[in-house]
Amino acid sequence: MGEAGSWRSPHRLALLALGVATVIFLVGPMLVVIPMSFTGAKILSWPPVGFSFQWYAKMLEDPQWSRGFLNSMQVATLTAIVSTILGTLAALGIVRGRFPGKGIANALILSPLIVPVIIIAIGFFAFYSITRLTGSLPGLVLAHTALAVPFVVINVGTVLRTMDRNLELAAASLGADPVRTFWRVTFPIILPGVFAGALFAFITSWDEVVVSIFMTSTRFRTLPVEMWEQVRQVVDPTVAAVATVVMVVTTTLLLFVLVARRRVPVR
Amino acid sequence: MLFLRPVFGRAGRRTGGPLVNRWALLAIPVLIFLLVGFLAPLLIMAVRSVTDLPAGSEGDPLTNFRRFFGGEANLRVLGNTFFIAGLSTVGCLLIGYPYAYLMRLASPRWAGLLLIAVLVPFWSSLLVRTYAWQVILRDTGLINSTLRGWGIINQPLDLYQTTTGVLLGMTQILLPFMVLPLFTTMARIDPELTKAAANLGASPTRAFLRVFFPLSVPGVLAGSLLVFVLALGFYITPALLGSPKNTMLSAFIATRVQQQLDWGLASAMAMVLVAITLVVLFLASRVIRVRDVFGALDAE
Repeated sequence: MGEAGSWRSPHRLALLALGVATVIFLVGPMLVVIPMSFTGAKILSWPPVGFSFQWYAKMLEDPQWSRGFLNSMQVATLTAIVSTILGTLAALGIVRGRFPGKGIANALILSPLIVPVIIIAIGFFAFYSITRLTGSLPGLVLAHTALAVPFVVINVGTVLRTMDRNLELAAASLGADPVRTFWRVTFPIILPGVFAGALFAFITSWDEVVVSIFMTSTRFRTLPVEMWEQVRQVVDPTVAAVATVVMVVTTTLLLFVLVARRRVPVR
Repeated sequence: MLFLRPVFGRAGRRTGGPLVNRWALLAIPVLIFLLVGFLAPLLIMAVRSVTDLPAGSEGDPLTNFRRFFGGEANLRVLGNTFFIAGLSTVGCLLIGYPYAYLMRLASPRWAGLLLIAVLVPFWSSLLVRTYAWQVILRDTGLINSTLRGWGIINQPLDLYQTTTGVLLGMTQILLPFMVLPLFTTMARIDPELTKAAANLGASPTRAFLRVFFPLSVPGVLAGSLLVFVLALGFYITPALLGSPKNTMLSAFIATRVQQQLDWGLASAMAMVLVAITLVVLFLASRVIRVRDVFGALDAE
């Protein structure tokens, strides 16, 4: 939407300069970690000295990092699967369903996004210790699913809202039964939303620290929890290498989402 | 587009037709899951705040709340939490408003790129971003080393483990939550309105102040309230960038549980935090659509 007014006017130039500064403020700090992870020095101080893979080597040697990586991958994958199934069903139920108390149901589904995460964390901790699920894979997957489900519902719900329902009517009028209509018409249309929701669910679990701190034990730790422990105790740049790996995984997945989103047939 | 009304908003109900249809059945699994796996734990805490009483409390169910509001250190933490959350909100607004306005003025392609600059950090690990701020703020970090290299300072600036450091980190981390609702609101403002103001003789500044800005106020409120609520519950960033002197409520609660095993007091504090959040959110729900923010990728 090109608007009247030249980009050469002093106001616009000032705005542009602020914009550039803000982009640096938003993205820059994360990028600082990357050169840090290749430092040849022994300590975490700026600027990085020389170039070395020593911290990546140390990360690979230390079994706690590779264990944490695999645990996180497992938890995030299972969380993505469970919350995608639950969330897609919920989106269909909320968008197309009609039932009393729908507003409350909505609020419940979105509330994990708003309730302070520390409260969720200690609440889960107290609750799951009763059920003996703390420090176990299923316990953490269930906890992460509660945090991830809203993102699936939002993503699938948006596509459901904007899709053209005449396509379903057409399928039905051509003799397809409701189940066939769903799988052959509706599902392929909402698939990009489901896919985006699944990736967001994965990222949510992959990055999650606070609930994980309370829900894991020394025997079973995820990567962010391992980082949290290390960051507070040791200041060697290994964490910078781990952080770079974490960031690469998240950013790659996010790019997938952005690509998937482009294909959503809106209206 | 009215799917997912604001939290605590009124349910949209169409007239006519059955009260319940078959699609509604599909929402049952997630509702049961959240009732058992999410709401129940919170309710247990609510109960513990009035039943887990310390010895010698003579069964007064409000003992934990009295302990919380009676302790000077506790009130200092509460005050500090409001202080940091408030300043982060102001910081986000000052940086976020011009940015969202720039997005609004830019061509769709540039607006898309500016949006990605918001979304990438939005979806990146909170811990990684906080760690990055450690690398930047430490005495031997990016800022201090650079300034010393240029000969501007001799002594390192006090950034790490100070309120300044916490504010910098939290403002950067929360900024997307300000920009996204702001941009969503601004994108809905009809450009013809400012043009009309200009045609009627208003200077660009006047057109902005009298026409554009008032129309963007719902976005300002939505973003500010959202940032404030989220900032109130921040744990990781203040714990890593701050010091015991400027502890926020979340870290304080965590310590009660982890080190002192004082579940009663921790639960009472948690209830206070939830209550504050709910009040702020209730006010927010008048102007905000939560979906606009969290369905971030639809922000166009």
